This record gives sequence, C-alpha cells and structure tokens, in this order.
Amino acid sequence: MADTAVHSDAHIEHAGHHTSTGLSNNKLAMWMFLGSECLLFGGLISTYMLYRGRHSANLGPDQVWDIPFTSSSSFVLLMSSLTMVLAVSSANRDDDRNTKVWLSVTALLGALFVAGQVYEFTSFYREGLGFTTSLFSSSFYTLTGFHGVHVSVGIIMLMSLVGMISKNKVVGDKKEVVELFGLYWHFVDVVWILIFTLVYLIPA
Amino acid sequence: MTTATEHHDSHEDTHEGHGLTDAGYIKIALFLAAITAVEVVFSYTQDSLGAAFLPGLLILMAVKFFMVLLYFMHLKFDSKLFSLMFYIGMTLAIGCYLVFLTTLHFFES
Repeated sequence: MADTAVHSDAHIEHAGHHTSTGLSNNKLAMWMFLGSECLLFGGLISTYMLYRGRHSANLGPDQVWDIPFTSSSSFVLLMSSLTMVLAVSSANRDDDRNTKVWLSVTALLGALFVAGQVYEFTSFYREGLGFTTSLFSSSFYTLTGFHGVHVSVGIIMLMSLVGMISKNKVVGDKKEVVELFGLYWHFVDVVWILIFTLVYLIPA
Repeated sequence: MTTATEHHDSHEDTHEGHGLTDAGYIKIALFLAAITAVEVVFSYTQDSLGAAFLPGLLILMAVKFFMVLLYFMHLKFDSKLFSLMFYIGMTLAIGCYLVFLTTLHFFES
C-alpha cells in the first residue's frame, strides 16, 4: 500500500501538470509563442512575395539562385529535425548520453545550414546583390536573415542545453525542457519548408 | 504492489504511445527528403508540367509542413489545446496576409 502511494506521488511529480487545464503551462506558452511567430514570418513571406519581381533585369531570382546548393541546405535542416526528434525520444527514455549526442548533432547540422546561408549571402553580394540594391533583395535578405537568426538562436539554446544536462543543472522536468527546445527547432524547420518552396522553387 | 506494477506498465504504454518509435521517425524523415527531391525535380520540369506545376508544388509543401507539425512536433498525439494555440496563430496569419496581398493587387499580376 505504501509502495503504491509512493509510486502515485512519483507519477504525479513526473507528470508535473498541476494546472487548471491539466496540461503543462510551459508547453502551452511555447505553442502560443509559435502561433505568434506565424504572424512574424507570414508578414516577411508576404512582403517578399509582393516585391520579388521588383529588381533590375540582370539581378533577379532567376539569375542568382543556386537551387542544387539550397536544396542541399534544406536537406541538412530537414535531417536536423530528425536528430532533434531522436533527442526528444532519448530524453523520454531518460537516456542522457544519447540525448546529448543527438542535441549536439542537431546543433552541428544547424551550424552547417547557417554556414551555407552565409556562403549564399556572400556569393549574392559578390554578384552585386546588396541589401539595398532592390526591393527584391531587401525583402529576400530580411526574410532569410530573420530565419537564419532563429536558427542561430536555436543552436545557442541547444548547446546551452547540452551543457546544462552535462552539469545536471536543468531546472524542472528535463524531458519537457528537451521537448520545448525541440518544438522551437521543428518550427524553424517548418518555416524553411515554406521559404524553400515559395522563395526558391516558384519562379518570380 | 501488483497494482503499482500494473500502473507502471500502463504508464509505459502511454509513454511509448506518445509519438512514434525511432524507426518511425526515420521513415518520416526519409519520406520528407523524398518529397523535397520531387519538389526540386518539379522546379526543373515546370515547362512540361504546365498548369499542374504550381498546385503540385504547393501541395507537396503542405504535405511536408503538416507531417513535421503532426509527427515531429507531436500535434497528432498531444492535447487538442496545443493544436488550437498554433492553428489560431496560423489562421490569423494566413487570413491577415491574404487580405494584405489582395489589397495590394498581388493576385491580379
């Protein structure tokens, strides 16, 4: 009987949801945040769609895009979503070692994606496409730049989490913390799915 | 004690049911990679695809979008309240910016 009572308490503590909805407030807040992020990226994507045809004859999307390169970057980001979900899965099994490994691989793939974006921006700039060259270039750099910043923030968060798990300094439910980081990372991937198709694959 | 063991087993089942297995996630990722490859092929064959190009590409994009959302972000397995929070923001964004683009005659060009 005593065993059962102890187990029951442990179960409640594990669930950690002493809220009026019975759900985690942290997770609910993260979903609300991601919902609000839709408005931010919706605005940036719409502005790009509106201005994508406003450029000089020789410096438009058809002249500067390198589809094979951007497709490779998209593949890298997509695979980082897989490694992130494997990190969440490992955290759910209380497997700290694999959680740290998958989080580090995710951060590495994210860094590879950002490096690709820096290379892409540099090559566009060398071709003469600066931030203020045209409305097309301004809206393109703003949209993809904002996304790149989100990925960079995600990388910092992932590396911090790896450090916190190593030093056992994660506050609250570790599984939930990893899951929340995962939600943010997957959202960044979801936004890139839209950008890749709407910006790169659909001709202006 | 038996009750506690049964409870533990049932909790583990629920935990396992919260999402897919690792192999399941790998299958989803491979499927998403394959869709990305098809999208790229679409972009190189747009002349031969004709009117099917744009709707086809948008459908593939939507499939990828919702597969990540439902499986990788667990919306399929989580509380509907989480889905509601996200879909409210998404619907608001789509509605707001469709009006924005329509007002600026984007769809007329």
